[in-house]
Amino acid sequence: MITAGIDMGAKYIKAVILKDGEIAGKAKVATGFDSTESASECLAQAAKESGIGVADIKHITSTGAGRKSAPNINSDITDVGAAAKGINHLMKNVRTVIDVGAEEGRGIKLEETGKVVDFAVNEKCAAGAGAFAEAMARALEVSLEEFGKLSLQSDKTTPMNAQCAVFAESEVVSLVHAKTPKQDIARAVHDAISSRIVSMVRRVGINKDVALVGGVSYNPGFVDALSRALEMEVSVPKDAEFVGALGAAVVASERVQS
Amino acid sequence: MKANYGYMDGSGNFFITIDTDRCLECGDHPCVGACPVGMFEIIVDDYDDEVAAIKEEHRKKVKYDCGPCKPTADRPPLPCVVACTPGAISHSW
Amino acid sequence: MTEQVKEYWRWKEYNWRDKNMDPKGAETISAGVDVGSVSSQAVILVDGKLFAYSNMRTGSDSPDSARKAITWAMENTGLTLDDIHYTVGTGYGRVNVPFADRAITEIACHARGGNFMYGSSVRTILDMGGQDCKAILCDEKGKVTNFLMNDKCAAGTGRGMEVFADLLSVSIEDVGEMSLDVDEEPPPVSSTCVVFAKSEASSLLREGWSKKRVLAAYCSAMAHRVVSLLERIGVQKEFAITGGIAKNAGVVTRLEKELDLTALKSQYDTQIAGALGAALFAKALVEKQRKKVAQ
Repeated sequence: MITAGIDMGAKYIKAVILKDGEIAGKAKVATGFDSTESASECLAQAAKESGIGVADIKHITSTGAGRKSAPNINSDITDVGAAAKGINHLMKNVRTVIDVGAEEGRGIKLEETGKVVDFAVNEKCAAGAGAFAEAMARALEVSLEEFGKLSLQSDKTTPMNAQCAVFAESEVVSLVHAKTPKQDIARAVHDAISSRIVSMVRRVGINKDVALVGGVSYNPGFVDALSRALEMEVSVPKDAEFVGALGAAVVASERVQS
Repeated sequence: MKANYGYMDGSGNFFITIDTDRCLECGDHPCVGACPVGMFEIIVDDYDDEVAAIKEEHRKKVKYDCGPCKPTADRPPLPCVVACTPGAISHSW
Repeated sequence: MTEQVKEYWRWKEYNWRDKNMDPKGAETISAGVDVGSVSSQAVILVDGKLFAYSNMRTGSDSPDSARKAITWAMENTGLTLDDIHYTVGTGYGRVNVPFADRAITEIACHARGGNFMYGSSVRTILDMGGQDCKAILCDEKGKVTNFLMNDKCAAGTGRGMEVFADLLSVSIEDVGEMSLDVDEEPPPVSSTCVVFAKSEASSLLREGWSKKRVLAAYCSAMAHRVVSLLERIGVQKEFAITGGIAKNAGVVTRLEKELDLTALKSQYDTQIAGALGAALFAKALVEKQRKKVAQ
C-alpha cells in the first residue's frame, strides 16, 4: 500500500512516499511564493524517486504550517501529531520528542504507539528557536555550520544576560570587544537556547528515550548543548527534517486501513 | 503599589504581580522559602518599604523559571501563591 | 581611503544649559544620572529648577558613561562635581554611577520626572526607552502606584526601531514623519517579534511596498504592542510618553489613536525624564539630610 505525507513548512516543503511501511522516496523543495505549486512539484519528485506514479498513492496527508494549502490531499494532521508518528516509526523507544525549527520549538510526550500524550509549544519568539542561532552566527560573522562546530571547541560556561535575539546581538558584540574567544561565545549562545528549550520540554515531563528533530538537529553544537542541559543522551534520527512528512505518511496509512 | 515583574514577548505576557500594600501586612515572607527555584527576595524599595520582589536574574525568564510549577497537565496550586497569607502574589499566565 | 558607512540608527547627541541662570549662591545643586543600556543622560537642577543636561549614547563602560554624561552637562557652567550637593544614579547601570550618593530605580525616577515635566495631573507614564518599555501609574505627587517593565523583548523598544531604520536605510530621526506620509494606513506587520517582523518586512519590500508603507506597518505594530502592555495595568488620564520614541510621531499618533487619548506634551526633552526624576530625588534627600542635622 502506498501513501504519502507532505510537510508544508514556512521555508521548505518535504514529501515522503511510504510503501508497505518503508520509505520509498523523499524530496525537499523551497516553499517560495506559491506553496501549492511547490508542493505538487515536491510530491512529483518524491514519486519519481520511488519509481511510482502519483496516481498510485492511496492517501495523502499534509502537515506543517501551510498544510491547508497543500494540493489534492485526503487529510491533514498537526505538526505535533506528525512529529510523534514520524519518530515512532523510526525509533520505537522514544517517549519525548523535541522539535526545534527556525521559528518554533516544541516538546512532545508520546506513548509507544506514537500517540501524543501532551505537548508544549514555544512560538513567536525568536529566542526559543533556530532564528536565535542564525542571528548570533551573523553577529560573529561565521556561517551557521561553522557556528555549531565552533561551540564544540569550548568547555567554558559563559552566562548570557539577554533573552532576546536582538539584545543578544549587542551582547555578543560587547563580548567580542571584551576579547572573549569566539568559541566560548558560540557555546554560550547554544547553551542559552537549549536551556530555554529544556525549560519548555520539562513542562511535559522528560522520559527516555529523548529524540531531537527539526532544522536545529543538524547543528552538532546544539545537540551537545541539549544533552548537557538534559543530562541525558539525545538521539537524532537520520534525515531529521523529513520526520514530519514521514509521520504524515504513517497517519495516511493508518487512515486508509480504518 | 502593584509591582509587575516579568515580560511580554511574541509568545505572550508573563508577569508575576506583587501587591506591596498587602505584602507589608506580612511578617515572615514565607514566599521566599516556598519557591522551589528561589525566585523571591526581600528588598527595601525606593519608598523605604521592606517588601518581596522577584530577583533581578529571574525577571526576564519568568516563563522558563516558573516551568517546574506549571506543567501542561495536572497543575497543582502554585506554592508561592499558597504560601502568601495576605494574597499579594498573582501570575498573569 | 576609508569608506564612510552611514549608521542609520545613530541619533544626535547633545547638551543644553540655561544661559540666564547663575548657579553661584544656590542653596541646593542636585544632579541625576540615568545610565541606560542605549543612552545616558545627566540633569543638573539649581534649587529645583532645570539648569543643564546632556544626552549621549552609553558606551561599553557604564561608570565611564556616567562620568562623561555629567561632565558634558557641566560644560561651560563653571561647575565641578564638588559643587553638586547630592547625586542620584538611576537606570540599568545605576549601580555603576561611581560618584552617586544613592541609587534609585528607574521606575521611581521616571514617575517623579514625569510629574515635574507634565504636571501633577499625569497618572499614566509610558516610557519607551532604548532597550525597555515601561508602563507606570502614579499619584499626584509622582509616587508609583503600579508599574510594569519589559526589558526582555525588543519589540516596543528603541532597539527594535533601530533595526528597522537600518533595514530600510532611513535615519532614525526621519522614521516617524515618513511613516505618516502614506495615503492609506497599511495593516500592521503581523509578527510581534522584531526578528520575524524584519523578515516579513523584507518580503513586503520584494512585493513592491514602498519604504514609507513598511515603516507605517511597523510603527503600527509597535503601537499595538505597547497598547497591550498598557492594558495590563490600565490607562488612567492624564497620559504622557517619555523616552526616545516619544519623539517618533509615527508611533505616538498611532498610540493616541488606539487609546483614544491625547498624550500630554511637555516643553522639556522627553529623554531626560529619568535623570530629571533622579535629580529631584537628590534635592529632596539632601534637604532631608540637612533637616536631620539641624535637629
